[in-house]
Amino acid sequence: MGKKRAQSPPRTAAAEGEAGSSSQPAEPAKEPTPPVQVLYCQVCSFPLEYCEFGSSLTRCKEWLKEEHPDLYDKFYSEEALQAKIGTLSLEAQTKLEKDTAKKEAKAEAKADAALKKKMASQVTIKRIERTKRKHVTAIHGLEAFSIDLKKAAKQLAGRFATGASVTKNAQGLDEIVVQGDVADEVYEILEKGEGVLKGVPIANVDIVEDKKKKATE
Amino acid sequence: MFKKFSPSTDIAGHTPVKTSVQRQIRAGVLSQWKIEPETLEAVWPKKEGLVHVKCREHVSVYTVNSEPLFFQHFDGPFYPTLRFLHKYPYILPKVQVDRGAIRFLLAGAHMMCPGLTSAGGWLPPVEDAIPAERLVAIHAEGKEHAVGLGITKLSTEDIKKVNKGVAVETATYLGDDLWPLKTL
Repeated sequence: MGKKRAQSPPRTAAAEGEAGSSSQPAEPAKEPTPPVQVLYCQVCSFPLEYCEFGSSLTRCKEWLKEEHPDLYDKFYSEEALQAKIGTLSLEAQTKLEKDTAKKEAKAEAKADAALKKKMASQVTIKRIERTKRKHVTAIHGLEAFSIDLKKAAKQLAGRFATGASVTKNAQGLDEIVVQGDVADEVYEILEKGEGVLKGVPIANVDIVEDKKKKATE
Repeated sequence: MFKKFSPSTDIAGHTPVKTSVQRQIRAGVLSQWKIEPETLEAVWPKKEGLVHVKCREHVSVYTVNSEPLFFQHFDGPFYPTLRFLHKYPYILPKVQVDRGAIRFLLAGAHMMCPGLTSAGGWLPPVEDAIPAERLVAIHAEGKEHAVGLGITKLSTEDIKKVNKGVAVETATYLGDDLWPLKTL
């Protein structure tokens, strides 16, 4: 999207020429129609007018009241509400409102459950022995904290100057495998929340060791 | 089409599109939508390569700078994404459904005739009638922006006459699984 405005230089020049003289004998350089700027709700991502159909109307309203008080009046003032009912019968309207409230409660409960699950999920940093003196570190469970594993692996690889990759473990779940014994460093990074590795409560992080044979080290 | 869609499991791969194919697509888009070449150029500059994102069930999404612009089912018409349509609302002919239908549309239902023919709905007059199997933007009563887009199953005149059954098959709508994807 960032490069959208980048146009070929000749056209920009032509457009400037047009603006300067306002009438050109040859066919004027056609300007692209500017896009309509649509303001989306930051809470439910819908255009503002559709918040009422979303599952977070109360929060949407609060957000709008804070950010754009003028627009809030436009959408939620008394007369706006009256006008909105339009051709719909009163009965249908109340039903709609009820449905929305129900939907909202449901969504809230769902969000709560998701948050709880997130807080309960564990991140394990596992040191796995490869040979006698060499180890790899497997980090598992980061995706529950909405961390992009690929990006995290890249960051770790850069940080430790070693290989780091996203692989599926025996259970078929994704985990990051970093070469070398970096468990303590990873723990510190998670504690500080460097780069993309943020938002993990440190209490949920575990360091475990996985030994190949019984008597090692 | 995107009622259930998750990028991690439903995307088979990203491939850059050959320039010859890109030319074809560009021509197709220009003929199917009412969009000026200049505007399309601004959104999709010739230099920016198109990326074909292959999804399950023969749905292809085309992205520029990893932002989805339009999608296609088999060799069907090119559907703009809803975000794209919001920016350039005039590229598609519009129909309007009444307020009662919005709720169902947002749940992914196809649009039925009565929703379009009732007091809150709006269909183009006889002289601008839309034939069947055409792309339309679905607007809603009292709302400024489109709420979905789909394909007409009957011509608008037939919709008025029959007034029963599916009128517009919804392709994408506000709040489907394509909507939150700003990048692919």
